[in-house]
Amino acid sequence: MALNITDIKRIAHLARIDISEAEAGATLTKLTGILGLIEQMQAVDTTGIVPMSHSQDLVQRLREDVITAINERELFQANAPVLGNGSAEKAVDGGLYLVPKVID
Amino acid sequence: MMANNNWEVVIGLETHTQLKTNTKIFSGASIQYGAEPNTQADEVSTALPGVLPVLNGQAVECAIKFGLAINAEIPERSVFSRKNYFYPDLPKGYQISQFELPIVAKGAVIIQVPANGKNAAYEKVINITRAHLEEDAGKSNHGVVEGMSGIDLNRAGTPLLEIVTEPDMRSAAEAVAYAKKLHELVQWIGICDGNMQEGSFRCDVNVSVRPKGTEKLGTRREIKNLNSFKFMQEAIEYETQWQIETLEDGGKIQQATVLFNPDTGETKAMRSKEEANDYRYFPDPDLLPLEVTAADKARVQATMPELPEAMKARFESEYGLSNYDAASLTTSRDVADYFVETVKHGAQAKPAANWILGALTAKLNTELNTEHKSIASNPISARLLAALLKRVQDNNISNNAAKQVFEAMWVGEIAGDVDAIIEAKGLKQESDSGAIEGIIDEVLAANPAMVEEFKAGREKAFNALIGQAMKASKGKANPAQVNEILKKKLAA
Amino acid sequence: MINNSLKTLSQMLAKKEISSVEMTQTFLNRINQYNPSINAYIALDNAKTLAQAKVADARIAAGNAAPLTGIPFAQKDIFCAKGWQTTCGSKMLANFIAPYDAHVVAQFDAAGAVNLGKTNMDEFAMGSSNETSYFGGVKNPWDFDRVPGGSSGGSAAAVAARLCAAATGTDTGGSIRQPASLCGFTGLKPTYGLVSRYGMIAFASSLDQAGPMAKSAEDCALMLNVMAGFDVRDSTSLNHPKEDYTRGLSQMTGDKPLNGLKIGLPKEFFGDGLDANVAKVVQDAIAEYKKLGAELIEISLPSSHLSIPVYYVLAPAEASSNLSRYDGVRYGHRAAEYSDLNDMYMKSRAEGFGAEVKRRILIGTYVLSAGYYDAYYLKAQQIRRLIADDFVQAFKQCDIIMGPTAPSTAFKAGEKADDPVAMYLQDVYTIATNLAGLPGMSIPAGFSNGLPVGLQLMGNYFDEARMLEVAHAYQQVTDWHLAMPKGIE
Repeated sequence: MALNITDIKRIAHLARIDISEAEAGATLTKLTGILGLIEQMQAVDTTGIVPMSHSQDLVQRLREDVITAINERELFQANAPVLGNGSAEKAVDGGLYLVPKVID
Repeated sequence: MMANNNWEVVIGLETHTQLKTNTKIFSGASIQYGAEPNTQADEVSTALPGVLPVLNGQAVECAIKFGLAINAEIPERSVFSRKNYFYPDLPKGYQISQFELPIVAKGAVIIQVPANGKNAAYEKVINITRAHLEEDAGKSNHGVVEGMSGIDLNRAGTPLLEIVTEPDMRSAAEAVAYAKKLHELVQWIGICDGNMQEGSFRCDVNVSVRPKGTEKLGTRREIKNLNSFKFMQEAIEYETQWQIETLEDGGKIQQATVLFNPDTGETKAMRSKEEANDYRYFPDPDLLPLEVTAADKARVQATMPELPEAMKARFESEYGLSNYDAASLTTSRDVADYFVETVKHGAQAKPAANWILGALTAKLNTELNTEHKSIASNPISARLLAALLKRVQDNNISNNAAKQVFEAMWVGEIAGDVDAIIEAKGLKQESDSGAIEGIIDEVLAANPAMVEEFKAGREKAFNALIGQAMKASKGKANPAQVNEILKKKLAA
Repeated sequence: MINNSLKTLSQMLAKKEISSVEMTQTFLNRINQYNPSINAYIALDNAKTLAQAKVADARIAAGNAAPLTGIPFAQKDIFCAKGWQTTCGSKMLANFIAPYDAHVVAQFDAAGAVNLGKTNMDEFAMGSSNETSYFGGVKNPWDFDRVPGGSSGGSAAAVAARLCAAATGTDTGGSIRQPASLCGFTGLKPTYGLVSRYGMIAFASSLDQAGPMAKSAEDCALMLNVMAGFDVRDSTSLNHPKEDYTRGLSQMTGDKPLNGLKIGLPKEFFGDGLDANVAKVVQDAIAEYKKLGAELIEISLPSSHLSIPVYYVLAPAEASSNLSRYDGVRYGHRAAEYSDLNDMYMKSRAEGFGAEVKRRILIGTYVLSAGYYDAYYLKAQQIRRLIADDFVQAFKQCDIIMGPTAPSTAFKAGEKADDPVAMYLQDVYTIATNLAGLPGMSIPAGFSNGLPVGLQLMGNYFDEARMLEVAHAYQQVTDWHLAMPKGIE
């Protein structure tokens, strides 16, 4: 399962990380090395082995359906990023987080 | 629209049902509709660094109820997975959903497809593939600031049950009948408020067409977010016709997500995604497998209301109602409950059914846009209706008079009980036989020609004489008594 | 004072030999003096810290002191602490002020402990040298040319240089134990789920676990008493009865306090790749254990060589998803210029994350992507079970497993920075316990060429108390854990 530049660009896009041609090349080299390390797994026969997601075989606990949260909008929005594109304002307006127009 | 006899439409539905809980599926923030933006977005809904989800037990209970209601398999273990994609209303960059192992597996819903033109009404079984728990996304508001969208995360994390059918429906009518049935069922079992305007019940409809008599499914297009049955009907009909025409013109159907525009009545593909979706599902390491034991199911079963099918059968056997009346009364839990209450307060079942399905339903339909749009909020309580019907039963008032009392009660014209209204309006029925005899004697004396006609064998004259007698009594005479006394007098 | 145990510091406070404010100021002075060169702390807020010390003094005066009341600790910058800059070592969160407290932070607050500041770390805990931090590398107090290990490198340097009484860390693949080994102190990664992850910024959710980083096993036990405990806000938090982890320490006296203890030595941990000098120090420490009465048994963990491949599938996969929330929408870095939504995402994330974090996000995205899931993710989860089963078998033969913590002593800054695979091998002995969810510890066992070497202890689930006793017994007869780097006295 050898990686190529197209793969790097595809996964960088899936992960929404901008990557230049030069970076893609360097990343390809490093990721190929790491995948080489990972490839050792393929030598193991894992037929019939139940995958392990958690270290203990426990089941989900349930929460009571009771309101515990309070309105902390101002506190949270104090961390809002700067809008950018020439504006030094926070990316909030009327309690809403502002992003470039979403087009369906 | 569906004129083309060479094609068959195949429809499957995915319905997002907002569950009736106080809080979000993974945190203790309120899900109350209509709050100021982001005031119900707690640290979990905002996906702050370091926060973790804890599952709402009520959401699980709702899902189990649904599984029981559709006789579904409810596996002992289900698993929450992450569906990864970037969107500003999805604060974590993934949606917690269920993928390989949903909480509700295969089940079925029986739908009643109404008669249409020369096609008779029929029943059909729609198979449910699965139903799974997941969290809702937030909302993007457009146009608040020029060129920007405003993100409100109040809805993010609202518990949803996504109910997925097999591609079992073959017409828009079947799809709508299914959606209506499901809409009623989730309200009936109390897991959803059914409010379509507020988005509590949203349908995505998968539509494909294939040449009649063939097995292979055509390429489907998914109509997203239909929030009214009328739009659903229109959207499916338009989409079906569009697909047929496209194929007949030698075109091909591209798998796509489409939106329905109610103004134009057309469906249109959303701006095609630049890439095929690759959601990279994997089990959410922050949540453990969800266990539903036999004991859990038994506990929830004990809280289940009688289901519509069972109640319909009972109405037929216990109250002797017709299949039609029993079915009509059980299309809604509120109506059924209202009927049962009315009978409990002493009304006879058949007249109660007639009144509820007749006068009351008509009234509710004409008042659709007022505050009295549902039977639950109608101004005449089941107790009042029962009191009114009892006065008809005991001959205190006629059916016609009862309608006048009903009107008065509806507008709240006279406060107080039924008897007070009857009294105030002077509607009490005349049942004194002496008085009725007197009226009849006067009528006979005044209409000798009619009497002659009757004696000559013309039955119609009898009804005319009754009419005269009722008129003379100003409608208050007990019609049964008038009938009886008149018969006696004419025979004499 | 700076080399005193937590118990001694607590007694000093109780006897009013020193106030918490004075004690705290002593450490703040040291931070002021040494931190500019060591770079152990990212965030300091003396006013806030001293205010906490004052509250602690009042509590001591009122006679309500708990064992850690008034003692100054450092918090790894992975824990949200309300009102504190909380960066996780990333440019992405450089301006993030946590609006709530992590469970661990709240537990220390409730105990009356004083927070000295937030310590440097590899970005999002991804690294073994602290070199991936946006806030710069951290110096190993034993040799400023060398790394302190990672990812809890700031906490490690702060403990080693006595810039705090003790510190918190987190360990996803060895991030407490490897720096403990490289900086010469005692670090414990508890059983997964013993310490709540609430408010601890996630790297790999199924592996992350917080733990104490301190001079001695006794100090770790006192800290674990505060840190451990069920938390309803973390679904993976274990509802395990509260324990006193110090309860057995006082019995570790006499000639052979460890009589009857069976120590398993996995043959796979002493083979190729282990530095010969490190091996010698570890063997000597194990010999010491024999003197203390323990029985040594050779065991095998046949799948342990697969730990690194499995880890570098599972941890990046979880991380790729955990780090998707850093999108520049609600908090964190947003690019200064962008053309549309997608461009904003792509640039904000490209600028906000460092090279190693991006690399791991990409690996994780790749192994989860369509067509590769079964071959990588599912396969790794299956092998994870094999690795955990190895331990189940091993603990049928022994009580504690011992071996080296890291394959070498501290390496030079920059030496492995451009070779991720070489860097990843630093955790070759520590990752297996994370995969199995077992507790692991590193204790100072001696020196090689003037650099500390750690001995690793691995226990069965919930065996922290026993592990701490076993470590304590060794620390009763050795003084490696009391050694201080030169030039920082």
